[in-house]
Amino acid sequence: MRNRKLLWIFVLPGLLLYGVVFVYPTVLGLVYSFTDWDGFSASFKLTGWKNYHSILESIVFRKAFWNNVKFMAAVVAAQSVISLVLALLLVKNRKTYVFLRALFFFPAILSSVSVGLIWSFVYDPAIGLLSTLFQTLGRPELALNWIGDKKIAIYSIAAVQVWAHAGQMMIVFIAGLQSIPSELHEAAVIDGGSRWRVFRKITWPLLAPSATIVLAYTTIQSFKAFDLIFTMTDGGPNFSTEIMTTYIYHLAFSSYAFGEASAGSSLFLVLLSVLTFLQFKALRAGRISY
Amino acid sequence: MHVRRTIIVCYSLIIVAPLYFVFVTVFKSSQAFYASPLGWPAAPTLDNLGKLFAGQPIWRYFWNSIQVTAGTVLLVLLLGSLISFAIIRFGGAAGTVLFAIFTAGLIVPSQVNMLTIFALARKLYLSDHLGGLILVSTALLLPLTVFMLTGFMKLLSRELIEAGSLDGCGEWSLYWRITIPLTAPSLAATATFLLVMVWNDLLIPMLLLNGKSKLTLPLAMLQFRGEYVTDYPMLLTGVVVTSLPLVLLFLFLQRYFIAGLTEGALKG
Repeated sequence: MRNRKLLWIFVLPGLLLYGVVFVYPTVLGLVYSFTDWDGFSASFKLTGWKNYHSILESIVFRKAFWNNVKFMAAVVAAQSVISLVLALLLVKNRKTYVFLRALFFFPAILSSVSVGLIWSFVYDPAIGLLSTLFQTLGRPELALNWIGDKKIAIYSIAAVQVWAHAGQMMIVFIAGLQSIPSELHEAAVIDGGSRWRVFRKITWPLLAPSATIVLAYTTIQSFKAFDLIFTMTDGGPNFSTEIMTTYIYHLAFSSYAFGEASAGSSLFLVLLSVLTFLQFKALRAGRISY
Repeated sequence: MHVRRTIIVCYSLIIVAPLYFVFVTVFKSSQAFYASPLGWPAAPTLDNLGKLFAGQPIWRYFWNSIQVTAGTVLLVLLLGSLISFAIIRFGGAAGTVLFAIFTAGLIVPSQVNMLTIFALARKLYLSDHLGGLILVSTALLLPLTVFMLTGFMKLLSRELIEAGSLDGCGEWSLYWRITIPLTAPSLAATATFLLVMVWNDLLIPMLLLNGKSKLTLPLAMLQFRGEYVTDYPMLLTGVVVTSLPLVLLFLFLQRYFIAGLTEGALKG
């Protein structure tokens, strides 16, 4: 006999907390986006779609949107290729490989603040690891100002994101590879398939579910980026690394344009929902069996 | 074979080199560092460590982080597992609706409602209070936790629970004496995943805490940066010291960390 009353008591505390601290603020954010609230005053008035108009016309917001796209494209391309190659190389359960997997995974447990500070040092144009390396190699022209140059800063940070998370995605690919029955490979090799053909015809199609997961996860993670950019450049130089999340933060807490920032949050949520919906569809489509 | 080895060696260097140089910097004086930023410390010194612990209430920051992380992880696991258990036991429409209500939150990351959480926390007196931070973090992590735990509990054979029910177990014993022990490995993986997230979180503590004595480690590090601007030896000593607890845990519980962070990646 199920005791429904008792089960509701199990649910209640969590539901209450979730309602008050998560659902209510989310709805409230939508309300604020239609007001001129500054975040502190006791009163505010409704302004209709004004905040949406002004943020959509803002040059910095548009720039932030495109920076989001650049950052996402760079991270997704680099991270999926690197993690797949690493997984293919380290898929066998040998002792050294298991050790290397843990090593490559390791940066994922560091905080973005730590990773950001470590890489600020690596990228330091005067005494950093990269500059010193290029100077020692006799190529001082390659010792760039990695996060101080507005043309490359966003890609430099994208590289850090990949450094931190490619190993984690490698594990997802390895799990996918190891779930492919080995008889399939053996049969193909006995049938005289070349390595590349075996990969293309057997491994790759069967890897589709893991690939979808990696792509979807990487896309959404890079879209939501905040900590790393906040720590390393805080949107600078000259807004070249400003993305939507940091822009919303600056609008609310530096410019006190709470209403406009809320409109930005709502737009961000809409974009993110579209991405999540696509992720969901892709995951469904990617589910194949053998 | 050659290509394989070259790629592996290069990638290992990319991962290890920054960590190695951060590590040796801890043992260099400022002068030694600026004379040769990447060299081996000729005269290793513990001055940076001494200065860091003397100049900053590091132990307090550790203690704050420990309290917040332990509190949040325990609370979210407790509330989340109770909810997931109820979702499984309800089944049918009630179960589906509850599951949908909680997982809808997965779409909304904290960057979206950071503004209203900030405003609301001040109104509810949850600001500048570690307990308040624990409550807010718990609420924000509930969707992911419920999603993961419901998935794990579904895998648990229904018959086991039904059998327990026939033997006269009440809901509480079904939860506490059957479901929890049988899903323990998944709970452990989920716990390590949540642990990494909460320990490393920057945004929510930054929105809720202002008082210097209440900072968690990531916030404290941003503050060191302000203080030591480009005194890299001090800054990087801070990075090493504050990362140490998770690094040590990772060395001992690798398997759980990898399983947890990957499950989280798959589900989140």
